[in-house]
Amino acid sequence: MLSIKNLHASVDGKEILKGLTLEVPVGQVHAIMGPNGSGKSTLSRVICGHPDYVVTEGSITYEGVDLLAMPIEERARKGIFLSFQHPVEIPGISTAYFLRSALNAQHKARGEPEIDAIDFLKVAKEKAKLVELPAALLNRPLNEGFSGGEKKRVEIFQMTILEPKLAILDETDSGLDIDALRVVAGGINTMRSPTRSQLVITHHQRLLDYIVPDVTHVLMDGRIVKTGGKELAHELEEKGYDWVKREVAAGVAL
Amino acid sequence: MSDVEKLVDAPYKYGFVTDIESDTFPPGLDENIVRALSAKKHEPEWLTEWRLAAFRKWKEMEPPHWQNVKFPEIDYQAISYYSAPKPKKVLGSMDEVDPEVRKTFEKLGIPLVEQMRLAGVAVDAVFDSVSVATTFKDKLKDMGVLFMSFSEAVREHPDLVREHLGSVVPVTDNYFAALNSAVFTDGSFVYIPKGVRCPMELSTYFRINAAMTGQFERTLIVADEGSHVSYLEGCTAPMRDENQLHAAVVELVAKKKATIKYSTVQNWYPGDKNGKGGIYNFVTKRGICEGDYSRISWTQVETGSAITWKYPSCILKGDYSIGEFYSVAVTNNYQQADTGTKMVHIGRHTKSTIVSKGISAGHGQQTYRGLVNIQKRAVGARNHTQCDSLLIGPDCGAHTFPYIDVKNSSATVEHEASTGRISEDQLFYCRQRGLSAEDAVSLVVNGFCKQVLKELPMEFAVEAQKLLGVSLEGAVG
Repeated sequence: MLSIKNLHASVDGKEILKGLTLEVPVGQVHAIMGPNGSGKSTLSRVICGHPDYVVTEGSITYEGVDLLAMPIEERARKGIFLSFQHPVEIPGISTAYFLRSALNAQHKARGEPEIDAIDFLKVAKEKAKLVELPAALLNRPLNEGFSGGEKKRVEIFQMTILEPKLAILDETDSGLDIDALRVVAGGINTMRSPTRSQLVITHHQRLLDYIVPDVTHVLMDGRIVKTGGKELAHELEEKGYDWVKREVAAGVAL
Repeated sequence: MSDVEKLVDAPYKYGFVTDIESDTFPPGLDENIVRALSAKKHEPEWLTEWRLAAFRKWKEMEPPHWQNVKFPEIDYQAISYYSAPKPKKVLGSMDEVDPEVRKTFEKLGIPLVEQMRLAGVAVDAVFDSVSVATTFKDKLKDMGVLFMSFSEAVREHPDLVREHLGSVVPVTDNYFAALNSAVFTDGSFVYIPKGVRCPMELSTYFRINAAMTGQFERTLIVADEGSHVSYLEGCTAPMRDENQLHAAVVELVAKKKATIKYSTVQNWYPGDKNGKGGIYNFVTKRGICEGDYSRISWTQVETGSAITWKYPSCILKGDYSIGEFYSVAVTNNYQQADTGTKMVHIGRHTKSTIVSKGISAGHGQQTYRGLVNIQKRAVGARNHTQCDSLLIGPDCGAHTFPYIDVKNSSATVEHEASTGRISEDQLFYCRQRGLSAEDAVSLVVNGFCKQVLKELPMEFAVEAQKLLGVSLEGAVG
C-alpha cells in the first residue's frame, strides 16, 4: 500500500530524514518507534504533504501512485489520514460541521453522494460512542477548550468517520492516562481490516500492548535502522534505544 | 508565497456595466445643480431650501483628515450628482421597469418581479440616483407599513419626512453628511406604525452603474412605539478604473419599546489587485433609541469598496434602551477600512454590545475605531466591546482605536481585543482532512466571524458566508 524508498527530507534547510526506506503492505499494522528527534513526526508530515518539509531525494508511492506529486487534500481524499500529535483548534466551527464538510469534500472528490446533516449526525453519534465521546462535544467548536484526552479521542473519532485506507497515528498515546489509552486504542482497533493499513508512531511501548503491530521498525537519525516483529517493541522498552545505537554503530542491524 | 497568502485573487463577480441610456447631469456642483436636482425630483420648496442650506454649510467645511486611510483629494467638481436610467416616467408596475435595468438586478440575484420574489423579503431597488422598483408595497400598506423610495415619501408623506429628516444626523454633523444633505438622490423610507411587527424583511439593493457619478443615498427608518422591523441593504458596482464616491446617510428612529435591526452586506467594487479603482464608501449611519426600552441593532458585513469609512452608531436616549453593533470587515489587496461604532449612553440602564471582527489580507489595512460615551445621567449603563482581528499574510495591518469616555461611576465598561493569524497549521490540518485550501480559509474565517454572521437574517447569512469566501479567494493556495 505504502512504499517509501530512500527518502530524504529537510525543514528550514536541515535534513531530518536521511534515506528512509519503508514498506507497509495492505492489511498490516506497522509501528515506528524511535527516540525524540529521530524524525518520526517528520515522516508523518512528509507522507501527508506538509508544506514546510522539502523532499530532496527518494520517493513515496501509495497504491502504486507517486504521492509526492499530489496536493495535501488529494492525498487525504485518496484515503490517507493523519491523527495529529497536536490537533489544531478551529474557533467558531463545530466539530460536527467541520467533520461533515471534510467527509463531503472527500465524497465529492470520489464521486460519492454527499451526506446531509441529519444522516451525518446519526452516524456521528454512533461512532462517538466507540471512543466514549459525549455527543454534546460534537456541537462545540473543534478542539477549542478540549482537554488533551478529548483532542486525541476526537482525532480517532474523525478517523472512524472518514474510514481511511492508510491511517498514520502520530504519538496518539502522548498525554493519555491508562484508561483513556485503552479507549483510544479500542477505537483504532475497530478500523483494523484486511483492506486497511496503519502506521503507529510512538516512542512508548505501552500503546502497542493495545494495538499489536504486525511489524515494528526502529527509526533513528532519519533512517529505519531495525525491523522486527511485535516483540521488538518490548525489547526496546527493556533495553532502551542505546542498545540499537550500538548495534548500528557496529554495523549489525543493517 | 506561503499557502495562506495565495488565497486572495478572486475576480469581482458584479463588475459588469449595464448599457443603458441615462439622464445624467454634467459634472460639477453649485447652487444651480442643487436646485436642478431638487426640481428634477419635483420636491417641495422646504426641501429645496433645506438642501441649499446644507450646501452652503458644506462649502464652509473642510474634508476630514483624521481617519486612518489614505487617498488623494477628491475633486467634487468632477463628479456628476445625478444619473437616472431613461425613460424616467413614473412607474406603475414592475412590468414597466426598463428590461435592461430589470435584467441587471436579476443578474445580481435580486428579482424585481414579485412572482420571483425572494422568500419573505420586500425589495426596493436603487439604480444610480433613483429607486426603480419597490416590491410588496401594497401588501405592506395593508398593515400600515410604509416602504417606498425616499423621493416617493417626500411626495406622499412629507410630514413624516420633514419631522425626522436630519433629526439624527444633523446637516452639519460631518463633511460627507453635509454633502449628502445637499445632493442626496434616492434611498428608502420606512415607517412602521405603533405595535406592528413588520411581517417580512425589508431590503434595499443599491447599484451604481453610471461612470463618473456619485451615489448619495438617504435612508430613513422610523419605528413607532412597540413596533419591530428588520431591514437589509446590499450594494454592488461595476469595475471601473476611477474611484467613485458613495456618501450615504442613514437615520433610524426607534420610539418606545420599538426594535430596529439594520443589516448591511456591502460589496461595492473594491478596486483591482493593484488598488486601481473601487468605491469610496463614506457613510454616516446613526440611530436614536428615543423611547424607553427601545433597541437598535446594526449588523454589517463589509467586503467591498476601496475605502470604507463608517461608524454605524446608537444614541441611547431612552432608559433601558439597547444598542448593538456587529461587524465583519474584510480588506484584501489594497483595500482600506476605518470602521467601528459610537455608543452614546444618555438614558439610565442603557446597554450596548460591540462585536467587531476584522480580516486583513494582501496589503489590506484595517482600523477599528469605536467610542463608548457614558454620560452623567446614565446610571447603571453597561457596555461590552469585543474587537478581534485576523491577519492573512505578512503585508496587511490591523489597528484598534477604542475611545472610552465615562461620566457616571456606576457604569460598567468592558473591552476585549485580540489579533491572530490563520496559521499554516490550521490550513494543513483542514487540508489533511480533505478540504481544499480555499474551503479551509473560508472555514476558518467563517468560524472567526460566527458571532456576527449569526445576527444576520437567515437568508443573508448564507450569502454573506459565500461572499467572505469569495473576497478572500486567492489569499491562500
